[in-house]
Amino acid sequence: MVDATYSPRPMRFKVRNLRLWLPLLWIATLIIAAVFAPIFAPHDPLAQDLMLERLPPFFIDGSEPGHLLGTDSLGRDVLSRMIYGARIALFVSVIAAFSTGIFGSTLGLIAGYYGGWWDRVISRLVDIWMAFPPVLFAVLLVAVIGTGLTSVIFAIALIDWTRFARVIRAETMVQAQMDYVDSARIGGARRMATLLSEILPNVLPSIIALLALEMGIAVIVEAILSFVNLSISSDDPTWGSMISEGRGAIHFAWWVLLFPLIALFLTVLSFSTLGEGLKKQFDPVLK
Amino acid sequence: MLLKTVFVRLLTTAITLFGVAVVVFTLVRVAPGNPISMMLPPGATEEDIAALTALYGFDKSLPHQFMIWIGGVIQGDFGTSITLRQPVDELVLGRLPATLELSLMALLIALALGGLVAVIGARKRSTGTEVGLDLTTGAVLSIPDFLWGLIFVLLFGVLWPVLSISGRVDPRLDIDFTTNFYFFEGLLRGRWDVVSSTFSHMLMPAMSLALPLAAMIAQLLKQNLKEVLNQDYTTLARVRGFSETSVILREALQNAALPTLALVGVQFTFLIGGTVIVERLFAYEGLGNMAIDAVINRDLPLIQGIVLLFAALFTVINLLVDLSYTFLNPRLRNG
Repeated sequence: MVDATYSPRPMRFKVRNLRLWLPLLWIATLIIAAVFAPIFAPHDPLAQDLMLERLPPFFIDGSEPGHLLGTDSLGRDVLSRMIYGARIALFVSVIAAFSTGIFGSTLGLIAGYYGGWWDRVISRLVDIWMAFPPVLFAVLLVAVIGTGLTSVIFAIALIDWTRFARVIRAETMVQAQMDYVDSARIGGARRMATLLSEILPNVLPSIIALLALEMGIAVIVEAILSFVNLSISSDDPTWGSMISEGRGAIHFAWWVLLFPLIALFLTVLSFSTLGEGLKKQFDPVLK
Repeated sequence: MLLKTVFVRLLTTAITLFGVAVVVFTLVRVAPGNPISMMLPPGATEEDIAALTALYGFDKSLPHQFMIWIGGVIQGDFGTSITLRQPVDELVLGRLPATLELSLMALLIALALGGLVAVIGARKRSTGTEVGLDLTTGAVLSIPDFLWGLIFVLLFGVLWPVLSISGRVDPRLDIDFTTNFYFFEGLLRGRWDVVSSTFSHMLMPAMSLALPLAAMIAQLLKQNLKEVLNQDYTTLARVRGFSETSVILREALQNAALPTLALVGVQFTFLIGGTVIVERLFAYEGLGNMAIDAVINRDLPLIQGIVLLFAALFTVINLLVDLSYTFLNPRLRNG
């Protein structure tokens, strides 16, 4: 293991730590908001009140004290919907990232270690997949397998596996050339066992870093699919559906777009900063 | 040798495109929802349904349908759109210029912005400015085009409404151009009203697409510049009395640019892929927007045509990048 606290200059040490802690702080906030959503949310996220529609947030005249971040076109509380939206965002990001990671890494390990026809077929599939515009691919897939959160997760895994497969294939090929792999084989280990017990632990850091990046991507894909009305039903509180509604009502109620956009922005930034940080942490050359 | 490289790459490109055709055909055929029943008015007779099904070839077996479709595609016949009732190739080629103009504009912005930031970063290397620029480009890089688009919609749609946030051109303008390249043809014909209108509609979506790529270019080009600036010949230029800025611009830039250009080529295809959602966001009348409508309306021939065109665009760009890189870099020429 590399020494995680090693740092040549104290100044850079602090900045780097901040870049790891700030994202973790935001993600922890999200997790707490998601778990305790019924406690924190001041209102039912689905409750409509047409008497209180399009109320502005607290810092603008005409706001109501009970609705801190205002209400949308159906009088639903923006803050409550955002808090419940964190549940869906986290759920999708974790499940989708892990599904994508397991699927893509498996194919990458096989292609990189077994080579030959395995590699040729998998690499050709990656080429074909990369020739699709990803958003159009996602929209098409969800239209085929039906809308809903499960479909969104399924679509993400089915499209983005190439991201893992490409990286893990290349790293597996490098690892497979190493002496320790040969000694394991000479020691009598079977190929499958060598792959799982010798190579996999050495490519795991890359997989973990990619997982963090993929979580950010998954939140965005869910938002995009909500935006084109292909995620879960538009009543459900997702950041994507709020953004979609806010884009439509932009000239009357811009706050319906602004607040979920800030949440999405911070979440994506956090996950990708975390992923980059982990990548550097694991890589002794980049340190 | 170069000829052989070209041949092998052309062959793999053809295989990839065929694979895309198979995947998209399979996908749209297993999609639930009968496109024929969506075309007919309520109360259509069984005969009407059968006639229309036969007209679009949906009564034949799947492999048979695929053979008919792919045979037509090779001859340039992509079928007829179900919802718009026009030949798919006319529809798709009619929209392609809008998407190409948007993508090229975004590429230009990314190159200009990224190049500028890289030169400033290299000029101010090892200072607080460089650290600040690195942090900024790192953050800009991780925010995808969709979010940039939304941010611009808020900024320029609400806060400071100076730019158009939907459409491609002012619909009141009278445009009787021979091509759909409104911006380029407007430039050539000197129709400045059309040029300025398309530009003001294009700027925000193009910026959304350009920002992540600009940040990527800034990072990589600055890295390459810093490496080149440690070489002897740049020291020689300094000794000869050139200022640091002119050393960067006159000596370092062209040597640092080649590896950056290889990245830009690959990233350009990702940028084109991003037009799909960005066009939707800004209601820009390009291919991507049409594609999402086609999926929602289950317009199978149109979806197939658009996906195939995008795939062809991607693979051709990748091919050109590979070949030009091989050509520009003598060490790879015999590879």
